[in-house]
Amino acid sequence: MAMSRDEILQQVQEVLVDALGIDDDEATAESTLMGDLGAESIDFLDIVFRLEKAFEIKIPREELFPAENLMNEADFVHNGKLTEKGLEVLREKMPHTDLTTFESDPDINKLGDLFTVNAIVNYVEGKLNAS
Amino acid sequence: MRWIWIDKFVEFQSGQHAVALKNVTLAEEHLHDHFPGFPVMPESLMIEAMAQTAGILVGEAKKFQEKVILAKVKKAVFFNYVRPGDTIKLHTKIESIISEAASTTGKITCGDKLIAEIDLMFSHIDQNLAGKEFPQENFVFSSDTSIFESLLRDVSSGQVGAKVVDSEQD
Repeated sequence: MAMSRDEILQQVQEVLVDALGIDDDEATAESTLMGDLGAESIDFLDIVFRLEKAFEIKIPREELFPAENLMNEADFVHNGKLTEKGLEVLREKMPHTDLTTFESDPDINKLGDLFTVNAIVNYVEGKLNAS
Repeated sequence: MRWIWIDKFVEFQSGQHAVALKNVTLAEEHLHDHFPGFPVMPESLMIEAMAQTAGILVGEAKKFQEKVILAKVKKAVFFNYVRPGDTIKLHTKIESIISEAASTTGKITCGDKLIAEIDLMFSHIDQNLAGKEFPQENFVFSSDTSIFESLLRDVSSGQVGAKVVDSEQD
């Protein structure tokens, strides 16, 4: 049976509570994983593993949180900002994320803000619908 | 010298699960201070023992080609004390493993008693933090794996990868 968006959000919140040791009400749909919820790099893998279990889906490497590799490519980053080429790749890799605010000032320090609870819900919803 | 907090493996199924055993003795000096008149195995050392059990299981899954470090203690809950004279068993299972990391669950038992539940995450450091240097003691094992041959003596001789029936009585 298909899950509703609310049900997905609730389960994603449970995953985040367990993975990040946060309180039940701390992860809202708008929370950013790094800024608001204090996630570190190893937590992203922890979250991926837990999401795979919780939703019985396979999440290929880099698909949910692809930004780290982008930052190491000279072609994609110039003066601490993503180049047009970098943005293009980001758009392609993160179709489940709204990039409009980021595009107006593509500072790589703000890449972390793109990983929101909502982005995870969008991603999971897409995966579940595809299967 | 390395601090090794397990005595030997009694089960080892490559890439899947393992059980290690540790005998706790008053000859371990720290027990005299932890605590005077009430010696119990420190819980931090139980986490270390589990990290060694699970870390070797994770390392062996990639034939010790990757450097493995403990990256995260996902859960550590303790239910009972471990005292001198106790034999504890550390059971661990690989839940997920990919090229850059692995996630394990585990529990420690003493006879029928549940002592602890400890879930961990390991990072394969070459895949993750390329270029960064870490001191050798950060790794679960070093390039010299001879110590593991001794820990695996009861399950090795070609049997790593096969389940070994544990004939010991608790």
